Amino acid sequence: MRKNYGLFLVLLSFWYSSLGQTTVPVNGVRDKRPEYSLFKNATLHVDSKTTITNGWILIKGDRILKVGKDFEFPKEAMIYDLAGKHVYPSFIDLDSDYGMPEIKRQRPTNFYDTQFNSQKEGAFSWNQALKPEVNASDIFKVDDKAASELRKIGFGVVVSHSKDGIARGTSALVSLASGSEKESLLKTQVAAHYSFEKGSSTQTYPVSLMGSVALLRQAIYDSKWYVAGGNSSERNLSLEAMAKNLSLPSIFHGKSLLDELRAEKIGKEFGLKFIQKSGGDEYRRIEEIKKLNSHIIGTVNFPKALDVEDPLDAERVSLEDLKHWEMAPANLAKLAENQINFSISTSDLPEKSTFLTNIQKAITHGLDKNQALEALTSSPAKALKIDDLVGSLKTGLFANFIISTEEIFDPKSKIVENWIQGKKYVINDLSLASINGKYEITLPQFNKVKLDVTGDNDKPSIEIVVNDSTKIKTTTVRDNNFLTINYKKSEKEPGTIRMSGLIDGNAIKGEGKDEKGSNFSWNAVKVSDAQKSKADSVKKQEKPVLGSNIFPFTAYGNTSIPIKEDLLIKNATVWTNEADGIIKTDVLVKNGKIDKVGANLSVPGVKIIDATGKHLTNGIIDEHSHIALFSINEVESVSSEVRQEDVLNSEDINIYRQLAGGVTTSQLLHGSADCIGGQSAIVKLKWGETPDNLIISNSPKFIKFALGENVKRGNAPQTPNRFPSTRMGVEQVFLDAFTRAKAYKAEWNAYNSAKIKTGLKAPKKDLELDALVEILDGNRNITCHSYVQSEINMLMKLADSLGFKVNTLTHILEGYKVADKMKARGIYGSTFSDWWAYKMEVKEAIPFNAAIMTKAGVMTAINSDDAEMARRLNQEAAKTVLYGGLTEEQAWKTVTLNPATMLHLGDRMGSIKAGKDADLVIWNDNPLSIYATPEKTIIEGAIYFDVEKENQKLTEINDEKNRLIQKLLQEKAKGTPTAKPQFRGRLQDIHCDSILEYDGVSIENLDAFLNENNHQH
Amino acid sequence: MKKIISLISITLLGTQLIAQNPKVGKMVTGKTVFKNARIFVGNGTELSQGSMVIENGKITEVSNSDLSVKFPGSAIIDLKGKSIYPGIISPNNSLGLTEIESIRPTSDFQEIGEYNPNVRTLIAFNTDSEVIPTVRGNGVLITQATPEGGVLSGRSSIMNLDGWNWEDAVLKADDGVWLNWPSKFGMSFNQATFTREVKKNENYQSKIKEIETFFLQAGTVSKDNQYENLKLSALTGILSGSSRLYLAISSDKEAIDAIAFAKTQKIKYPVIVGAVYSDLVIDLLKQNNIPVLIPSTHRLPERADNDVWSAYKLPSRLISKGLLVGMYYNDSYWRTRNLPFVAGNAAGHGLTKAQALSMITINNAKILGIDDLVGTIEAGKLATFVISTGDILDMRTSRIERAFISGKEVLLDDKQKRLAEKYIEKYGIEK
Repeated sequence: MRKNYGLFLVLLSFWYSSLGQTTVPVNGVRDKRPEYSLFKNATLHVDSKTTITNGWILIKGDRILKVGKDFEFPKEAMIYDLAGKHVYPSFIDLDSDYGMPEIKRQRPTNFYDTQFNSQKEGAFSWNQALKPEVNASDIFKVDDKAASELRKIGFGVVVSHSKDGIARGTSALVSLASGSEKESLLKTQVAAHYSFEKGSSTQTYPVSLMGSVALLRQAIYDSKWYVAGGNSSERNLSLEAMAKNLSLPSIFHGKSLLDELRAEKIGKEFGLKFIQKSGGDEYRRIEEIKKLNSHIIGTVNFPKALDVEDPLDAERVSLEDLKHWEMAPANLAKLAENQINFSISTSDLPEKSTFLTNIQKAITHGLDKNQALEALTSSPAKALKIDDLVGSLKTGLFANFIISTEEIFDPKSKIVENWIQGKKYVINDLSLASINGKYEITLPQFNKVKLDVTGDNDKPSIEIVVNDSTKIKTTTVRDNNFLTINYKKSEKEPGTIRMSGLIDGNAIKGEGKDEKGSNFSWNAVKVSDAQKSKADSVKKQEKPVLGSNIFPFTAYGNTSIPIKEDLLIKNATVWTNEADGIIKTDVLVKNGKIDKVGANLSVPGVKIIDATGKHLTNGIIDEHSHIALFSINEVESVSSEVRQEDVLNSEDINIYRQLAGGVTTSQLLHGSADCIGGQSAIVKLKWGETPDNLIISNSPKFIKFALGENVKRGNAPQTPNRFPSTRMGVEQVFLDAFTRAKAYKAEWNAYNSAKIKTGLKAPKKDLELDALVEILDGNRNITCHSYVQSEINMLMKLADSLGFKVNTLTHILEGYKVADKMKARGIYGSTFSDWWAYKMEVKEAIPFNAAIMTKAGVMTAINSDDAEMARRLNQEAAKTVLYGGLTEEQAWKTVTLNPATMLHLGDRMGSIKAGKDADLVIWNDNPLSIYATPEKTIIEGAIYFDVEKENQKLTEINDEKNRLIQKLLQEKAKGTPTAKPQFRGRLQDIHCDSILEYDGVSIENLDAFLNENNHQH
Repeated sequence: MKKIISLISITLLGTQLIAQNPKVGKMVTGKTVFKNARIFVGNGTELSQGSMVIENGKITEVSNSDLSVKFPGSAIIDLKGKSIYPGIISPNNSLGLTEIESIRPTSDFQEIGEYNPNVRTLIAFNTDSEVIPTVRGNGVLITQATPEGGVLSGRSSIMNLDGWNWEDAVLKADDGVWLNWPSKFGMSFNQATFTREVKKNENYQSKIKEIETFFLQAGTVSKDNQYENLKLSALTGILSGSSRLYLAISSDKEAIDAIAFAKTQKIKYPVIVGAVYSDLVIDLLKQNNIPVLIPSTHRLPERADNDVWSAYKLPSRLISKGLLVGMYYNDSYWRTRNLPFVAGNAAGHGLTKAQALSMITINNAKILGIDDLVGTIEAGKLATFVISTGDILDMRTSRIERAFISGKEVLLDDKQKRLAEKYIEKYGIEK
């Protein structure tokens, strides 16, 4: 004991020296109060793992001095007896914008009026969405109203940052105790914050998610180059801050688990380990999240129950939304179950007061209450290395703790007080004694009446019970020991009787005025104490039964991802795409590859599929597609830095729909808004896999180029301000880009070949030019959107002179006019079957194009550029027989072997040959016929679409929806507030003309769209 | 010199040919018998050894026996191995009303304002459109030139895809008025979350009231010869039953209201235009004997949860419930040449091929009120038909060799074929 007191003295002297003085002068007489407080006899939850019963905490000023039991303490200490109460460390929120200025998101500007430069004044980044120089500590302002909301739900400190931009700068640890900014600011530059959202930036770039990725990557490269010497003529405060922030803990603020996977890839590139803000959907692919090994900042903003009483309206509610409503509250439990380190934030909650109720909901859904506590205290503290200040009840930490009546997450628990840095905040005043019970009373209006008092101490509710049967509700207000009661004698009578009374122990005495205004007096005497209220006897809620997870998390998702099987497909009419042509034979599939093609194959132990009377072909390869993407176009004339691989949407229903049309592989291209577009993603339609697993391994590199009306914004209602606006300008954009790329390449070559690098500055890595250098080096292939012969001719000549090759001309609707020139250069053509007349540059397009190109010696494919057309590319291929007379074999190759060849995948797919990928389709008819339908679509030996299971799947979707709707209806019957369903807008059909952004609204359509909407409301 | 001059004249002639549409069809003179043909009548029946006689623009006799014996003096065309199909009818289309989709000066199907029942597509129909011959080439011989936009878009007319001018091409003028039924839901953009949402249209009921008032006033005015209001009197035809009211709906719920509206307004020939799915709507349509024009099978399902092939299966679902179902091509006018194929697609999903053909021939004719003129290969109807060596519903085999519109044989040449010829010749490749 003596030893302990010694330590106490040491600490005492330490705190005196560090806390006694301030720089702020006092106006008046110094008023120093006792600084010690002792809290006795509480159940102390020191942290999520340690509990001390009948424990003591001694605090001095704003710090905890000692935690334990029965220790000596200074006589001047104020003593608080907390018998029966629980004490917890106050909570910590890592994702707050408390005290930050309001962010006004910009309405997307007119697409044709590009803002190229930053409007921010000062020596800052070229792009307004990059604000690494913003320190929350510099702009923080105390907001006691917001602080009070957070205190009420148990928070003591928050890590706050300005939620604006892609690089958002740093956060500060701030106290929620009332006081000045100087007192509230506990730690500056706690973490660096990033997101994919450009926030208040008015600048046009980036318009797409992939642009956000590219901008962030380039900014990090720029900052590293800058601090390593950079360009001596440029001083850039943003880059300085950016580089400095890289050494801080980094938090990425995504909206979904796909954002988390996306951010992780960026982190890996730069050796950054992001703490990830959750969108609340990790349960969908928990294994992938587990692999990240990241701290997750969880959310308890659960979707509201939906109103689904009208069956026709309920049709519009998606299975995904219904399932998410059910699963979201179990998300935190899933994280815990999988040993994923997480904390919990209030940031998404529109009403902060629902926080604890939502935590309880998460607990009902399987979250352990100790893990919930850890996620609100020690876990966030450790994640940002602020556990030396907050997060547990330990000596030397801030005196931040909550006192509650019961265990904190018990539904009937109330927070009594929240102490923050030694300051007391009363949350629920329990100093009022309960008056609950039954009272006998005489009232002039009735013969035999009783009062039944229930409810909270400070908010009692009173019923008048007449003749032990009829109950009359009253409106009652308690103001300390004074009661006001109003009631009506019965529902039908108009007059209200008013009573007031004074609480005096077990009696209430008072007077009243009846409906006619006559006075009366009354006296109520308690005859029995309150029975245990309903809340006390609430049974522990049972863990709800949840539906199964599906991959992907949308209709037609599977409970498990299809796996490869060894298959023997017998007696099919096989379209080999090889010298054998179309033959009746067997095909053996082993380990995802075509193993053998031959008659009467017999292999034991493999699954046999009898395809007698059926046709077997390769999976269709769509050379030009925009499905399964979150964004299509970036806005710069040269946007080669963006990658479609960054924005894959593995959950797009169009993947499944296309499997049902026999498609197995798609090149997902950038749109045609820019002369040089982004880098392609080549994917297999493995429904249910993650975005990364969709990408074909070692897939050849491709990039989109574009010419003509789209890049010159030819269909703009007014003259656009972006260069180029003519085909003349388009040529110059290419010429300039490749001239720059050549210089860049030379610079790097010089640097790399220098034997001694001391004194040499490495050139700046430029993501845009890197892609162009890859083209010059023959490592990246061009797919160029092109229509009319003049511009095609230009590009071919330009490529010749600059020394690169055009791989594919896509659309190429006037390919029939330049087929000889294409053939001479070995350029492939990928075209529509019969599109024309939709704009000026396609007025000479002809359906005979594919056949003429083919006959003139140009390898030709038919592509879709459209989610609807893609699922019937077999029919489009058939049109080359109708228009131009290709043979059926030739026609079939236009959607299989030819696109495989032009994607440089011809050795791996495109024909039915031993050793190639087993991407196969079984058709019920000749695949070129309008009457043909795929029966099975197989990718690498796994069956992804099976017509026999189609009805079963539909039944499952309907059953699951019905189960969830019934559950929602029960919720509504229970009185849970419901929300009108927010139906998702269907993404508009996407073509390369779509400047798709902002959840499916094309920027170029947005104004019209908003106006239309305004008319409606 | 002479040689040079003739060369020039040939060149000029060539240029002229390239720049112009093919000549207008020429009436087949005298009695002509087509024999040995497989005749797809259009009403579900098929004659395997059919004969058809045409004279003065009309079909005068059809039989499954050789009629050339009966009419020895007539011209005889032996169609051994070939088929005769009724000309395909394409409802609800802007073909002839626009030439290049993105170029506004070429567009004449949408007037400004919300109530334009008085405007007529008839007079804007351009028989010289270069798109028309390309559509005709796949067997589509009749189009309903249809206005778009607003609440009452205007009046459609049914046009033959052949003629010197609209006066010459019209098959039925001002056949009906197009009403775009308001939508219960609209898209909205949530500024707070930056997402697109579907929101209830708060003005739905007031819009309906407005339409009801318009019809009520039109009814009153129609009884008063003195009162002049172009807009109101444009409804006289549909109120008296001489023309159709086409009610374009966006979903089942609106269809229910539109059907109720047609009933209370006592519209004699209402047509529901759009995809309907619910049993309730199907029952209502059946009870009230209202036909439905549905969009092409080549559509994506409305929602992720829907049957992947819901659009392919819809015709079969509706026809099996006993509804009169026609089909239009809901995408761009220049793609209307695919109408036979999108109908054929339904035959892969529950319809018979004969039913698929009926949908775009006799059903469309009945719905548009021209079944007394066209829609089948039957005596008394106009000689509007095609001759094909293959199945015209399947692009794999469809090869249309000749086409006749009201007894005039039209050329199957078009701008695109000439461009193809030009370059086939340039490269010296086989056709």
